[in-house]
Amino acid sequence: MAELLTKFPRRRTVLLASLLAVGMTATACSAPGEDRSSTQKPDAAVKTELGTDPITLDMYAETGFPLAKALADEFSKQHSNVKFNIREDQFTVIVENAPRVMASDNSPDIIRLPTMVDLVKDDLLKNLDPYFTAYGWDKFPASQLMQLRVGENTRGTGSLYGMGLGYSVTGVFYNKKLASQIGMTQPPATVAEFEELLAKAKTGGVQPIMQFNKNTAGINFPHQALQNQFGDPTQVADWIFQKPGATFDTPAALKATQTIQKWAQAGYFTKDANALDYAGMVGEFQKGNGLFMFNGDWESANLDKSMPGNVGFFLFPTESPGGKHVAMSAPNTFGVSAKAKNPDAAAYFLNWVHTNAKAREISVTVGGSSPGGPSDLPVPSAAPNTVLAETLKASQQLGAENGAVDFTANATGGIFAAAITPEMQKLIAGQQTPEGYVKAVQAEYQKELSR
Amino acid sequence: MTSALGSAPTGRDDRRTRTTPTRAHRFRWARAAGTGWLYVLPALVMYAVFVLRPLVLTLQYSLYDWNGIGVARWVGLDNYLTVFTDSDLLKIIGNAIVLIVFFSFIPVALGLLVASMVRRITTGAFGTVVRTILFLPQVIPLVAAGIAWSWLLSSNGLVNQALRAVGLGGVARAWLGDFDTALPAVGVIGAWVLLGLCTILLVTGMSKIDPALYEAARLDGAGPVREFLAVTLPSLRQEIGVCLTVTIIAALASFDIVYISTSGGPGLQTTVPGLEIYRLAFSQRQVGLASALAVVLMLLVLACVLPIQRLSRGEKP
Repeated sequence: MAELLTKFPRRRTVLLASLLAVGMTATACSAPGEDRSSTQKPDAAVKTELGTDPITLDMYAETGFPLAKALADEFSKQHSNVKFNIREDQFTVIVENAPRVMASDNSPDIIRLPTMVDLVKDDLLKNLDPYFTAYGWDKFPASQLMQLRVGENTRGTGSLYGMGLGYSVTGVFYNKKLASQIGMTQPPATVAEFEELLAKAKTGGVQPIMQFNKNTAGINFPHQALQNQFGDPTQVADWIFQKPGATFDTPAALKATQTIQKWAQAGYFTKDANALDYAGMVGEFQKGNGLFMFNGDWESANLDKSMPGNVGFFLFPTESPGGKHVAMSAPNTFGVSAKAKNPDAAAYFLNWVHTNAKAREISVTVGGSSPGGPSDLPVPSAAPNTVLAETLKASQQLGAENGAVDFTANATGGIFAAAITPEMQKLIAGQQTPEGYVKAVQAEYQKELSR
Repeated sequence: MTSALGSAPTGRDDRRTRTTPTRAHRFRWARAAGTGWLYVLPALVMYAVFVLRPLVLTLQYSLYDWNGIGVARWVGLDNYLTVFTDSDLLKIIGNAIVLIVFFSFIPVALGLLVASMVRRITTGAFGTVVRTILFLPQVIPLVAAGIAWSWLLSSNGLVNQALRAVGLGGVARAWLGDFDTALPAVGVIGAWVLLGLCTILLVTGMSKIDPALYEAARLDGAGPVREFLAVTLPSLRQEIGVCLTVTIIAALASFDIVYISTSGGPGLQTTVPGLEIYRLAFSQRQVGLASALAVVLMLLVLACVLPIQRLSRGEKP
């Protein structure tokens, strides 16, 4: 073995070098990548009929979220000529694969999407405006589809590029037994009340917040919940949508960061938060090892199963009594690939998900989320005394208060991994100051936008 | 790399062709050489397509600003400039160098110690058991090792339970989530994985040492330590060279263990070049910068490994 590794005769080095040179000249003639812009014809006629010809829809969905498959099965039941071919991956894998999968010849028809701006820039996503008109999606509340619009390098306005398979809402889950143990009789009405409960829990020997912060910063949930309350939430939304001049370096973000730092120093997060991942957090919460958990309604059905009757949910409280609730809420975005073989059938499916009574019911019972769709359609009800019913109610309340904002983590493709996660890990370990945190996040944001 | 090219005919054959005068001879040699090339052609094609081409493409991409899909922009050496000036990237390269201590020096040092202890029991059933146990970590997939160790090192894991049991609860912590201990903790996992490989290589090397040398040393009045320094160590130069080469590459190019156990956190405390290359290319879509970092990593590996090769290549005493 030693000889194999050490003997490398000069002649062979020469041979290797010449092979390299040949390879170099063979591949290095042209720049990598291709110009794919403006290959789409936006005014192409669209069909809103499914027809009777056999169709196979290729779908690329997220592992661990059975909603997409459940909807596909029901759709095939109702439309026997349509079959689904579903490929599943973890969300982070989809984020990494999506551009290449969609640029390939085997591009799926319907795909679970990460952030969309780059995909639109590379012309990989189908512009859904013709379907918007054809199906009359203008009857949906405009705010519902706002996050799915992409304009000139910004989000929030412009053409429609995706639809939601359910519209999620986030907030605070709480363990009812632990809550009564520390004397919490009803959800807190203000941030101050929430902080009082945290302090009570701490002195009462109850872990106040069970939140993950490994891999990706779960503490960004409470951070943004505070940020939404400490300033004008449209400022937050503008920053996420990359509006010119928007900045993260605001008094609201700074105050939120200072609060998180204060909570970390007070021991409101677990000492091992930086070593706790999402699955670990949910597991610990289910075991009754934490009073609060910041999370979204996608966990509702699961929590109803694992701790029936013992879990409640509230929207993060407002700063002043009677203020407007604001919460991170995002569609479970699915788009149609620009290279889709059956774009009309894909759009038909997306419309059906929002309007078919059975599909809407599946969105609630399987997905745990509001089905969205036209405002005049009734929202299916969940079983009473479940946390699913509570999150559904919260979702409607948030819609009525018009308080939905996207996640700051979605502002750019790399902001979560490159800035928010490492800096948040540093912050709660006392290795970063609140001022340093907001500046570091903004610096990464500017770096990415300048590319 | 050498194994793919190793069977290719060398230039010596051509020279011999030239010195043999008759045409028939020349024809036979040429045909033999041609047949030889034919034999290695499949391997050569695979090598060219799956090793050389990606290598060349990486070099090419590193000179562009490219998101992997759209139009690339020529930026010359800018990506390399970023690699050498960005404080985060320099810290990440530094982390890999720290890992060499854990992945390389500790397994080799411990491996020498363990190997000299088990040298005498290498034969028989017991020897087989010992070797199997030592080699086991090498057989376990790195991902499984990473998961198992992150359980062991978690705040309520076995390591902390053991510490609390002996009254050292004060030092118990989430080893992989703590800024001061995360990188050493990752290093311990690597040392555990690579110790077996080093020990087995060294035991095998020791079994080849002529027993007469030990006898001679003992006759000269050498104790176990002197014996080790004067006989064992010099005889194992090549094996130690291989161990260092393999483990240093494992340290610098580490990915699996880090990805599973810490994902590079907390902060950038355990982020290594392999992980950063992957993130830059696939999540941040900076294929150019990722490629430049990959090229720098390759050069770093060569810079560390080539001197070791040179040192261990010297003739056996």
